[in-house]
Amino acid sequence: MKAYLTRRYWFSASHRLHSDEMSAEENQAVYGKCNNPHGHGHNYALEITVAGQVDPKTGMVCNLVDLDAFVNENILERFDRQNLNTLPPFQGVVPTTENLCVEVYGILQKDFHHAEVEKIRVEETMLNSFEYAGGREVRY
Amino acid sequence: MVYLTRKAEFSASHYYHNPEFTPEENQRIFGKCNNPNGHGHNYTLEVTVKGQVDQRSGFVVDLKQLKDIMNREVIDAMDHRFLNKEVAEFKEAIPTTENLAISIWQRLQPKLNVAELHRVRVYETPDLFVDYYGEA
Repeated sequence: MKAYLTRRYWFSASHRLHSDEMSAEENQAVYGKCNNPHGHGHNYALEITVAGQVDPKTGMVCNLVDLDAFVNENILERFDRQNLNTLPPFQGVVPTTENLCVEVYGILQKDFHHAEVEKIRVEETMLNSFEYAGGREVRY
Repeated sequence: MVYLTRKAEFSASHYYHNPEFTPEENQRIFGKCNNPNGHGHNYTLEVTVKGQVDQRSGFVVDLKQLKDIMNREVIDAMDHRFLNKEVAEFKEAIPTTENLAISIWQRLQPKLNVAELHRVRVYETPDLFVDYYGEA
C-alpha cells in the first residue's frame, strides 16, 4: 500500500532578492525591501514528502534515519546559517523561496534513493509558503 | 465537490519490532523505537472526506456523525492504549505512522456511507506525519 510521509525541518538563512538582469530601479520596484543590499533572514520551515509502498517487514515507506541523515548532510548543513546568495545553486538564480523549493527538490530527486520524492514545501515565514512537486500538480 | 476535514487527538504507546529479524537487526533498523517497554506520542488525526453539498442541509456530511464514527472506530480503540498489545491489527503489523494511517483508513472506510473518504493524515509529532489515500 502506498503512503506519503512528510518530515518537517528548520533552518535559518539570509538572502537578498536581486536580479542582475534588471536595473537598480526595476529591482527596487519588483523586490522592495527584499532588495536591501545587506540582505535579511528567515527561519525557514522545510517539509519534505516522500512516497512509496509501505514495506511489510518494517512498516515504513523509508527509514526516517536515512531521510534525516540525507537532509542534514545535503540540505541543512549547506543552507543553515548561510547567506543563500553566496551558495553555488544561487549564482545567477535569485534565492526566492520558489527557487529554493525547486533546488531542494532537485537535490533529493538526484541523490535520495530510499523513496520517491513527492513534494517540497517551504514556509518562508508563518504567513507564506511554497510547494513544488517536480512540475506535477500538488496533491491535497 | 467539497472537502471537509475533521481533527481528533489520541495518545498511545508503541514500539517497533519484527520477530523475523534478529535482535541486532531490530536494533539497527528501529533504533530507540525498538525498546520493548514502548514509548508514547500525542497523535493528531485528520480525516478528510469529500462529497457534493446537500441542497437541503448545506452539508457534505453531518459533522456529528463523522465525529461519532471517528470516536467509535478509532479513538475509543486507540486512545491511551499500548498499540502493539491492545489493538488487534498491531499484534501482526508494526504500528508505524504509515501502518496507523492505513489501519485508520480501513477502520473508517466501511463505516462512512454518506461521504467518500479522501485522505487520512496521522501526525506522530508536529514534525512528522503520514498521508494515506487508500491506494494499493
